Amino acid sequence: MTTIAEMPAGFADKVLSAQSTFRSVMDAMARPGSVQRIEAASGVPAPLMRGSAAIALTLFDQDTPVWLDAKMAATLDVAKWIKFHTSAPVIADSSVCSFALIGDIDQLPALQRFAIGSNDYPDRSTTLIVQVPSLTQGPAIELRGPGIDGTAVLRTQMAPDLLERLAVNHALFPRGIDLVLVADDAIVAIPRTTRFVAKEG
Amino acid sequence: MTTSSLNDQPTRRQAAMAVLSHAATAEIAGHLDAIAVPVHEQLREPENGLVMLRGRIGGDGAPFNLGEATVSRAAIRLVSGEVGFGYTLGRDREKARLIALCDALIQTNEFAAAVEVQVLTPLRARIATDRQRKAAETAATKVDFYTLVRGEG
Repeated sequence: MTTIAEMPAGFADKVLSAQSTFRSVMDAMARPGSVQRIEAASGVPAPLMRGSAAIALTLFDQDTPVWLDAKMAATLDVAKWIKFHTSAPVIADSSVCSFALIGDIDQLPALQRFAIGSNDYPDRSTTLIVQVPSLTQGPAIELRGPGIDGTAVLRTQMAPDLLERLAVNHALFPRGIDLVLVADDAIVAIPRTTRFVAKEG
Repeated sequence: MTTSSLNDQPTRRQAAMAVLSHAATAEIAGHLDAIAVPVHEQLREPENGLVMLRGRIGGDGAPFNLGEATVSRAAIRLVSGEVGFGYTLGRDREKARLIALCDALIQTNEFAAAVEVQVLTPLRARIATDRQRKAAETAATKVDFYTLVRGEG
């Protein structure tokens, strides 16, 4: 249990750090599969990574309910830190959250449990922020879709069935789930328009 | 820490806030210069925001939203772990930071007395003098309306 005396700090320079982090996330979303760096430095409560902490400080606010998976919610540290620095409500119902912080990708709940938006408001969907061990090593995945010239290759340790589960984005469009993978300070975005065309060993 | 100082602390911090929020930024900074401020970090960088002011007509009517006011706030943590908070009306972020710093300092045993003597006491005296002068100026403009009472007798 953290008291406020032990809580990690937020961004040292709020405006510039939030701007540069936003830029990284935007570039990642615009070019799915490309690895972007997060340069902004902030305090990081365990088990958050530097990248996910910066994204939280940049994108979360009082209008974006946040859901934490079992690993993130294991101690109150992350929830309290989010509450103090971003005023975002941390909720238990994943079906209405704007962001979900996933610490353990192997325990990712069924995607149907998150918000997928509506045809009128596809933006009212959940953005999953998923922490993975690495974005440079692991089985290769070929990505295709808007923002990718031909194909892009992503190497990461994802749960093997996650690709198949993400295929619901095909059927749901324009509704769907957006994904941001974080490994330390590196991020890769997989928006709902990205298709996985092939998988090599 | 003794029980009495634990009970005193909220009162002491409230009293300090009452003084600091009425002081000017330069004044607080000037008085703080006399103290060797320990190492500290900004837990929450000074920021501006809005708060909704609520009013009640006559002081006891139904509450209504009067309007929004700008507020600056900051949180500072000393290296020894004390956390100070500063909230002040207006957009003066530096003032919020200084108030947070003072708030953190008066929670420590070693700096509480110094802040009380070097910062709060002179500011309190200055604010009291200003208030008295203003009251005196206002009192000088007082008009007695007794001549308007119709004299029947």
